[in-house]
Amino acid sequence: MSKRGWQEIPIAGIPFLESTEYHTGDWKVFRPVIDEQKCVKCGNCWMFCPDSAIEWDGESVPKPNYKYCKGCGICAEECPAKAIEMVR
Amino acid sequence: MLEIRWHGRGGQGVWSASILLATAAIRTGKYAQSFPEFGPERTGAPVQAYNRIDDKPIVIHSNIYEPDIVIVIDPTLLENAKAILSGIEPGGHLLVNTPESPDQIRKKLEVPEGVRVWTVDATTIALEEMGRAITNTPMLGALLKAVPVVPLDAIKTVVRERWPGEVGEKNIRAIERALKEVKSG
Amino acid sequence: MQKVVKQRMMALNGDEAVAWAVKQSNVDVVSAYPITPQTLIVERISEFVHNGEVDMEFIKVESEHSALSACVGAAAAGARAFTATAANGLQLMFEILYITASLRLPVVMVVVNRAPSGPINIHCDHNDTMGARDSGWIQIYTEDAQEAYDSTIQAFKISENPEVLLPTMVTLDGFFISHTLQNVSLLPDEVVHEFLGVRKVPKIKVPEIHGDKEVPLMLNPRYPLTFGPLDLFDYYFEHKRQQIEAMMRAYKVIEEVHREYAEISGRSYGDGFIEPYRIDDADVVVVGLGSTMGTTKTIVDELREEGKKVGSIRVRVFRPFPRERLKKVLCNFDAVGVLDRGISFGHYGQLYTDLCATLYGVKDAPAMIDFVYGLGGRDMPPKLLKKIFEEVLEARVKGPEPVFRIKGVR
Repeated sequence: MSKRGWQEIPIAGIPFLESTEYHTGDWKVFRPVIDEQKCVKCGNCWMFCPDSAIEWDGESVPKPNYKYCKGCGICAEECPAKAIEMVR
Repeated sequence: MLEIRWHGRGGQGVWSASILLATAAIRTGKYAQSFPEFGPERTGAPVQAYNRIDDKPIVIHSNIYEPDIVIVIDPTLLENAKAILSGIEPGGHLLVNTPESPDQIRKKLEVPEGVRVWTVDATTIALEEMGRAITNTPMLGALLKAVPVVPLDAIKTVVRERWPGEVGEKNIRAIERALKEVKSG
Repeated sequence: MQKVVKQRMMALNGDEAVAWAVKQSNVDVVSAYPITPQTLIVERISEFVHNGEVDMEFIKVESEHSALSACVGAAAAGARAFTATAANGLQLMFEILYITASLRLPVVMVVVNRAPSGPINIHCDHNDTMGARDSGWIQIYTEDAQEAYDSTIQAFKISENPEVLLPTMVTLDGFFISHTLQNVSLLPDEVVHEFLGVRKVPKIKVPEIHGDKEVPLMLNPRYPLTFGPLDLFDYYFEHKRQQIEAMMRAYKVIEEVHREYAEISGRSYGDGFIEPYRIDDADVVVVGLGSTMGTTKTIVDELREEGKKVGSIRVRVFRPFPRERLKKVLCNFDAVGVLDRGISFGHYGQLYTDLCATLYGVKDAPAMIDFVYGLGGRDMPPKLLKKIFEEVLEARVKGPEPVFRIKGVR
């Protein structure tokens, strides 16, 4: 798709797409994989993720959203149950 | 157009006097400017303030180099005759706050021929009427005698607005006395 | 045509005149930093706020950088925002100047023209606002306190026009206007209120985020928008192109607002962009900015009495630069003297270089000389101005060389 011209985008430096359209997940080398057996559902990974890339309903096992996860590994580091493994 | 230069010391109120005069002139339908010597205020240092008054709008924005009237509100400034007389030409007026006579001032400063000298003891008037040696307002009275730039009533109105109550009335008494007591030579 | 309204004649200095304009303009937020070189403008405004005479939020901040930043935030939230500064204060705002313009926020700022340090100086000089020339602000240089009042009111209307949405900088010469008390006619409050109205926030469509709904171009939690995030080589240039076009549209808006204001107030300044004085049959003219151009009028009158065909043109709006108007008018003269109270070190004065660019390649372009004068508040005495006119008259015969002349310096 060709990029939009100056008359087709909003003024004032307003982005015309939501930031969720920006898929930052393709940066990563390692991705977090959660072991459902070991997970204690504490929510630490969800809370610590600097990109809010872990989805959690507060009850079940959290799910990384690989569209946005940059693979930093903070979730694996913070997991008290050692349930997250960084996989290449 | 009439151009006036005021000489005083920082804190004695030459700028205030020039503001009162310009405001009174504007109130009576004239056009006027009032501005200080363009510099930071320094208490006690010689300072100047200026007025331009005319019947038509004033568009000039430079300093004043050839004043029609020079007013000295502090007698200690007479030491520097050169600064006081700078730019004043025959037909002009020199008004000085001093107990001395116009003739004495003319000789002392070597005032050029054709410049009219006026003197008034504004310090004594101020001390007697206001209890303080504030000579800017009495010199306004003396000016009105020398050159009736604005009606006395216009000056009284702006003085009362600036200092409502007793302070304003004392200033007005000093202005009226100076108007009566100023001598020319 | 509207009738000229009855006005109140006051004795005000330039700073106070601006404060009154702000008081009457229904400004929502004023933010300022109270330090030298600040001016009486915000001091008077803070008194109006303290006395309850205006319904306005006055934000004291810890620097000029923050003062303009607070205005950016307020304007982005839909407020009519104002600030005032001078010289070094303006320089500290530099980063935010560009941000205000690029976020298309109609902030109005009055700058008292003072020389930038160092050495330290608080007097009139145009190098402070000339430094901000390329920041994307509309710039209006005024000649006296009356015009400063009139232009401040006009500035809100220009900036807030949806075709423009750019900030406006109104300037007045330090001391020569800011500290000089003069006659100033004030419009009645309600007339200014009606002229400006309440700031209307334009609406925009951002289909990918808010669908078909038009949403207000402001910070509003109901219709979230982000102002000015990361914008790299993929779209930054397009946003700059929008600013270029907005400045082009401002020509018409500035002219209209000036005309509409003139109908109410009875006061106009040329066509709003340039103010010619006795140029009809003139052989030579002097062009310049600010208060000096008032003094220039008196010299034109004097020289006319001596039978010399001279005139003057004051450039009131410096950005957007009235290049078509100047191109058209300046070709009528044999020689033009340009007065610059600023200098681009290593080049000429800013007005001169802009005029050279305007006249390049134009048939019948006049001989042009740059006179740099008055830096740091050095006065332009009538005598010196007369001498400058003589030199411009001489250039008709002798040519313009040297084109760069520094006047009034030892």
